[in-house]
Amino acid sequence: MSAALLEADNIVHFLGHGAGRVQVLKGVSLSLRGGELVLLMGPSGSGKTTLLSIMGCLMSPAEGTVRVAGQSIAEADAEMLAKLRRDRIGFIFQSYHLFPTLTAEENIQLALDVRGERSRSAKKAARDVLATVGLAHKRRSFPLELSGGEQQRIAVARAIVGKPSAILADEPTGALDAENGQAIMRLLADIAKDPSRAVLVVTHDPRTLPFADRIVHIEDGRIVREETANPARKVANS
Amino acid sequence: MSLKFRLASRNLFHDRLRFIATIIGIVFSIVLVTVQMGLYVGFRQMVTTMIDHAGADLWIIPAGTKCFEDPSLLDERQRFRALAVNGVAEVTSVVIGYAQWRLPNRTTTPVFMVGSELNGLGLHPWNVVAGRTDDLAIPGAVAVEQSYLPRLGVSGPGDKAEIRDRSVQVAAVTKGIRSFTTTPYVFTELDRARLSTGTPSNKASYLLVRVAPNADVDQVRRDLRAGLTDVEVLTGNEFRNRSRSFWLFGTGAGAALFAGALLGFIVGTVIVAQTLYSSTKDHLNEFATLRAIGSPGRYIYEVIIWQAVLSAIIGFSGAAAIGAIVARMTAESALQVVVTPALTVALLLLTLVMCVGSAIAAIAKVVRIDPTLVFTR
Ligand SMILES: Nc1ncnc2c1ncn2[C@@H]1O[C@H](COP(=O)(O)OP(=O)(O)OP(=O)(O)O)[C@@H](O)[C@H]1O
Ligand SMILES: [Mg+2]
Repeated sequence: MSAALLEADNIVHFLGHGAGRVQVLKGVSLSLRGGELVLLMGPSGSGKTTLLSIMGCLMSPAEGTVRVAGQSIAEADAEMLAKLRRDRIGFIFQSYHLFPTLTAEENIQLALDVRGERSRSAKKAARDVLATVGLAHKRRSFPLELSGGEQQRIAVARAIVGKPSAILADEPTGALDAENGQAIMRLLADIAKDPSRAVLVVTHDPRTLPFADRIVHIEDGRIVREETANPARKVANS
Repeated sequence: MSLKFRLASRNLFHDRLRFIATIIGIVFSIVLVTVQMGLYVGFRQMVTTMIDHAGADLWIIPAGTKCFEDPSLLDERQRFRALAVNGVAEVTSVVIGYAQWRLPNRTTTPVFMVGSELNGLGLHPWNVVAGRTDDLAIPGAVAVEQSYLPRLGVSGPGDKAEIRDRSVQVAAVTKGIRSFTTTPYVFTELDRARLSTGTPSNKASYLLVRVAPNADVDQVRRDLRAGLTDVEVLTGNEFRNRSRSFWLFGTGAGAALFAGALLGFIVGTVIVAQTLYSSTKDHLNEFATLRAIGSPGRYIYEVIIWQAVLSAIIGFSGAAAIGAIVARMTAESALQVVVTPALTVALLLLTLVMCVGSAIAAIAKVVRIDPTLVFTR
């Protein structure tokens, strides 16, 4: 196993204000290493999304340390966190969050555009990932003209086009049927074959299990169990 | 076309109804500002039109004169004293004042007489469209403004009327010499103007001075001031400014026009701010997504500002078209809306400032956007 791309060390976090303030994470440590696909599973309200947000540099934890490529982000301000995200992290969301007024191709280009990449090669990169997710023929379609599975594939393409080292996905198959869910997981597992990249997937979906290298169980803000997948049973690496 | 701009324009046009409401808001507000400022420019030009056309280097005016139309008198002996000053090439008298014009049908209407020597320096009619200026030498001849012909009960050169029981005859017709007081200007020869206005023959309203080509105007003015009594000696510019500040600010007319323009500006700003803000709120998800995928704050602000700039340009184009129509429609009226190129540029800048300024509320909304919204929506 290679060095940790993303590392959460003893994270404590609270959400809400006043009487509604709850301790959502109660000392969580999790690291994501190159070449692995990790599933984060647990009951609703156990803190999965919160942990993903913190590891994805979308918010800073109340206590504990997050390290990106070995560097602590404790001192980073909002703009520096944004830079870390665009340089190193790709996100996939349950509800896709594509831009309805942009075409499939433009949605992917946008991820490069925010990084200041506007050259011809950026356009080519967008087309290439569109082909990778099998939607080259839909490049001029708007999100509303695509099925849920196709929209999520566009979202995957957007997440990977900038070649981030970590892909974080929150219930990426939650809104999809079995077939489309499999297709998305296969794409993510393929990315995780690259030893310089890793994928963390928050999921409830047992159908994602065969794609995992490692499964982390969280309950009530604590990691309760971790299992390494049996390589023999793993489909993606077959 | 940059993606940022594409996103901005599509977001803007996406909600048609809101887009149309925004544009109507901008158009109305800028048309209001245009009309007010156009009236101001027209007013400003009109109050100094006589001074502009006199072509005098210096004006000798009765002490305390507030504006061109202020009918006080000075002694004509001053004219000979002025002529004796070194560097003075020419001094000529001008007589102005109100008179009653008796129409052929025996009713009367007030007019404003402008009398000066027919040759050389003086206040002669310009833009003559019928008759001849030279014919003012004929006894009783006057020049009148075309747009006032019906009011004066005459139809063109040769027609007759009366002033102070003396017959006058139209010798020339001008176009576009209007007074904002709406009292028609009537040009005539100096002594005839004296008779019409009841001005004694040894008095004049103003003395116009032409300075010799090689003389220093400031020096001549100092010498004139020293040599003359009960008068002020002003350059054309100074007299213009004095007339303007009297009519525009002494009377409150200018302040009223500016207040109207300010109102238009405020209404426009509020409308644009409100629609940009609600548009931004509707697209908050997208802005949160942009933030989540690591977009710099600047990128998001630029999307919003592009929306503001686009709205400004489209709204301004509509307002400029309407402004041009208003200017054409009022061209013949007593109070003209004058839209100069400089005013057009100023209005475009104002529209941009208004729209971009309005974006501040929307930007304030996204500046603290929580990117984790993307997980909950
Ligand atoms: N803004 C908030 N204020 C107060 N409590 C919150 C807030 N947001 C989330 N929580 C609580 O924090 C806990 C963890 O939330 P989180 O979204 O991380 O759970 P999750 O494991 O992702 O759940 P799910 O599987 O339903 O998505 C939950 O109990 C939730 O009710
Ligand atoms: Mg969740």
